[in-house]
Amino acid sequence: MATDTAATTEVSAAAEDGVRRRDWIHIAALGTAGVGGASVLIPLVSQMAPSQDVLAASTTDVDISAIAEGQAIKAVFRKQPLFVRRLTAAEIEEANKVDVASLRDPQTLAERTKEGHPDLLVTMGVCTHLGCVPLGAAEGETRGDFGGYFCPCHGSHYDSAARIRKGPAPKNLMVPDYEFTSDTVIRVG
Amino acid sequence: MSFAWAKQYEPQSAFTKWIDEKLPLPRLVYNAVGAGYPVPRNLNYMWNFGVLAGFFLVVQIVTGVVLAMHYAANGLVAFATVEHIMRDVNYGWMLRYAHANGASFFFIVIYMHIFRGFFYSSYKAPREMIWLLGVVIFLLMMATAFMGYVLPWGQMSFWGAQVITGLFGAIPLVGEPIQVWILGGYAPDNAALNRFFSLHFLLPFVIAGVVILHIWALHIPGSSNPTGVEVKQESDTVPFHPYYTAKDGFGLGVVLILFAAMVFFLPNALGHPDNYIEANPLSTPAHIVPEWYFWPFYAILRAFTGDLTIPFTGIVLVPAKLLGVIAMFGSILLWFILPWLDKSPVRSGHYRPLFRKFFWFGLIPTMAVLFYCGGAPAEEPYVVLSQVATAYYFLHFLVVLPIISQIEVPKPLPFSITEAVLGKDKTAEAPRAGSVDGGDTGTAPEGSLQPAE
Repeated sequence: MATDTAATTEVSAAAEDGVRRRDWIHIAALGTAGVGGASVLIPLVSQMAPSQDVLAASTTDVDISAIAEGQAIKAVFRKQPLFVRRLTAAEIEEANKVDVASLRDPQTLAERTKEGHPDLLVTMGVCTHLGCVPLGAAEGETRGDFGGYFCPCHGSHYDSAARIRKGPAPKNLMVPDYEFTSDTVIRVG
Repeated sequence: MSFAWAKQYEPQSAFTKWIDEKLPLPRLVYNAVGAGYPVPRNLNYMWNFGVLAGFFLVVQIVTGVVLAMHYAANGLVAFATVEHIMRDVNYGWMLRYAHANGASFFFIVIYMHIFRGFFYSSYKAPREMIWLLGVVIFLLMMATAFMGYVLPWGQMSFWGAQVITGLFGAIPLVGEPIQVWILGGYAPDNAALNRFFSLHFLLPFVIAGVVILHIWALHIPGSSNPTGVEVKQESDTVPFHPYYTAKDGFGLGVVLILFAAMVFFLPNALGHPDNYIEANPLSTPAHIVPEWYFWPFYAILRAFTGDLTIPFTGIVLVPAKLLGVIAMFGSILLWFILPWLDKSPVRSGHYRPLFRKFFWFGLIPTMAVLFYCGGAPAEEPYVVLSQVATAYYFLHFLVVLPIISQIEVPKPLPFSITEAVLGKDKTAEAPRAGSVDGGDTGTAPEGSLQPAE
């Protein structure tokens, strides 16, 4: 107990300067505990991010050889619908006629297709408003006022280049990253 | 609750005053684990394990809730989802290893906590209720741990479920219907897996509830201490914060180092390789043992190899299977009457020479033997050793403790905790005047009690 008393005297003497020897160990201990506690958050937070098997399924190959002119198919990319459409000459012409500056999300058809394949329009089938699947890809579905896609949830109309023309959606249907692995197969993602 | 000299919570800012009027949660914390809880000044490191047990309960709940986000309790996919957690989920391996080893650490600290209670007789009046609630927590922990071990749906999971539910089959007349009812089938399958998952998720929150009762009951008489002498005066205590928050914090740091060493370097050391083989109802692993924390009780279960019969008649009174089950459950249920078996008025083992001999040379070696035999194969010499140890285990509690408390001459107790710590206590020399001595505050022992803040 003698040491205890001595330590106490020392502390109270130092306290008069406003700095105590014990401050250092307080800061060191609480700092270590704080860093340790905060780093525990890393696994707890990142475990909710997509796991490796989900990330591994993030590319999709689509065979486009069977798509006839004017026809569209639905594929699945990241568990979301993917629209692949082969445009008719009339649709391409109609899309190129539009004054790009007048669009809500200005883009030309050429910017939305790959060089050498101006007739192949690959977009996500996810309305940019709130995520419904627009109509128009399947046979017999309404294609909206502008001959492209029409989202029935809140009435967004997309034109033949899948650009937003009317309704609440803020953006054109998203064109995902893709490349031609051969003349007849594209790899999305 | 608490002592007259306990510091009172005084909100400083307008906001804390407002909170204190509407919902005095800061006051509750202050009185429970803050400066408002006076604790005996002489607690040793054995008193760390309650806080550590609470910490591991939180670890298990946090990692468990996270694992449940990725696990599916379906016999067809359960094993695969555990592998999914190990391989695909970000940090899934760490979370699962933390959960599996967290269970082991939870039991390690709980066993230390219980042995502290045995040696210092923490179960004696006025703390019987704390002890009883603690035994309830321990039983809930065992149930939770067992059901959690079934969830990975490996070979050990499956056969553990088969064997443990088989214990209920030993109950006379209704045993087999009960076993079928518990499993929801004739062998562990999807129904059993699903209900075990559901209960494994539920029970930790029940444990948390009983822990709150346990701490509430603790705060009525206050913590015990290594002398077993009750707190008499202010100089016997120090505020929980900063004294024991710092001491518990240090202990927590040491345990976390050990825990991290297990999780990162020896994650499977306490597990069984067989549990990485998917459950197969047609093949039992050659050497089937429970998790290490059940070994002593498993040894008691297996110690009963013969039926209890009336000699020379061949009439079986109690079959061996039932005897083992009764003994195994009885070995823990016995703790419920422990406060009334040990009648010695002296609490601490330090002042009980005879008790201490039987504790260190009787109970502890017995537990060690039972622990070892529980993990060993069911063959000689382990069976005989288990039988001897089981016999002593029950004798210790039912015969030795009551007799010791009658015949033992305890060593003289210190007058107070202060005297035990400082070697002298002024209030013992000069009988107290009945009022607080104002001149006392400036003296050295009192001054040493001032918190550093």
